[in-house]
Amino acid sequence: MSDFDEPTATEVDSYYLKVKKDSESSGYHLNPDVEFTKELLKSILINITRYGHGACPCRLASGDKQDDMDIICPCDYRDPDLVDYGACYCGLYISSEISSGEKKLQSIPERRPSPDEREKIKANTGFKISTELSKPVWRCKVCGYLCARDKPPEICPICKVSGERFEKFI
Amino acid sequence: MVMQHVEGQDKGKIVLFALSTCGWCKKTRALIEDIGASYDYVYVDLEKGKEREEVVEMVKKWNPQVSFPTIVINDDKTIVGFKEDEIKEAIG
Repeated sequence: MSDFDEPTATEVDSYYLKVKKDSESSGYHLNPDVEFTKELLKSILINITRYGHGACPCRLASGDKQDDMDIICPCDYRDPDLVDYGACYCGLYISSEISSGEKKLQSIPERRPSPDEREKIKANTGFKISTELSKPVWRCKVCGYLCARDKPPEICPICKVSGERFEKFI
Repeated sequence: MVMQHVEGQDKGKIVLFALSTCGWCKKTRALIEDIGASYDYVYVDLEKGKEREEVVEMVKKWNPQVSFPTIVINDDKTIVGFKEDEIKEAIG
C-alpha cells in the first residue's frame, strides 16, 4: 500500500511523549483517546518521511512546503477551531471541555480555504500597509503576554493562567 | 487510480474518497464495515502525479473544498466528514 517504512511503535511512543509534553507546557491538550492520538501522530511521522514536513494527516498535502505551510501541524487553523468547536480539524488537539467529557468530540467543518480559493488568495497577496489592526490584541493580566487573535487562548501559553485573566488591550 | 473494493451487502453504490493518514477516514471505513455495506475506496494521498490530479478533480466535483472523508452515494448524495448519524441514515 505504501512505498516507505512505517515508523516503529517505539518511535511513535517517543514522539507522543514529546508532543504531549510540549503541548501541555504551552496550554494545549492532546486528545485523551491515546490510541486515536497515536495513530494521528504516527501519520504525522509518515508525512515527515514522505514530504519532508509534518503536514496535517487529515488534509491532502501537496508536498510543496510553501503550499503546505498553513497545514504543518500545529496548523494555522488549530486555535480558531479550538475556540469554535473545541477541537482541531483532526481531533488531535482538543479543549479542556471536550477533554473532560462535557462535550462530545465530532468531526468539524474544514476551515482551510478550498484549492480554488487558495489560488485566488495567492494571486491577491501584494505588499500593503494597513492602518487598521486585522485582529484585536489580548493581554494576559498576570504575565503581560500579548497575542493578536479573535479571542484569548484557553490558557496563557506563558504563565498557564486561564483565558478569563486576559483583557482586550488594543 | 485504482479503487479498492470491499465486499458486503448491497446498499447502493458507495464510493469513499479518503486519506491513508486521516483519523476520521479510518473511523468512516470502520463504520461502513460495521454496517456491512459493500463499497469502493481510494486513498488520495497515495496517488501520485497525474493520477492524483485526476482523482482530486473527481473529488472537487462532489466537494469543492476537497476535504476528507468524502462519501458519494449512488453518484448523487455527498457526505463530507465523519458524520456518523448521516452515514447511518444513508446506508444503515
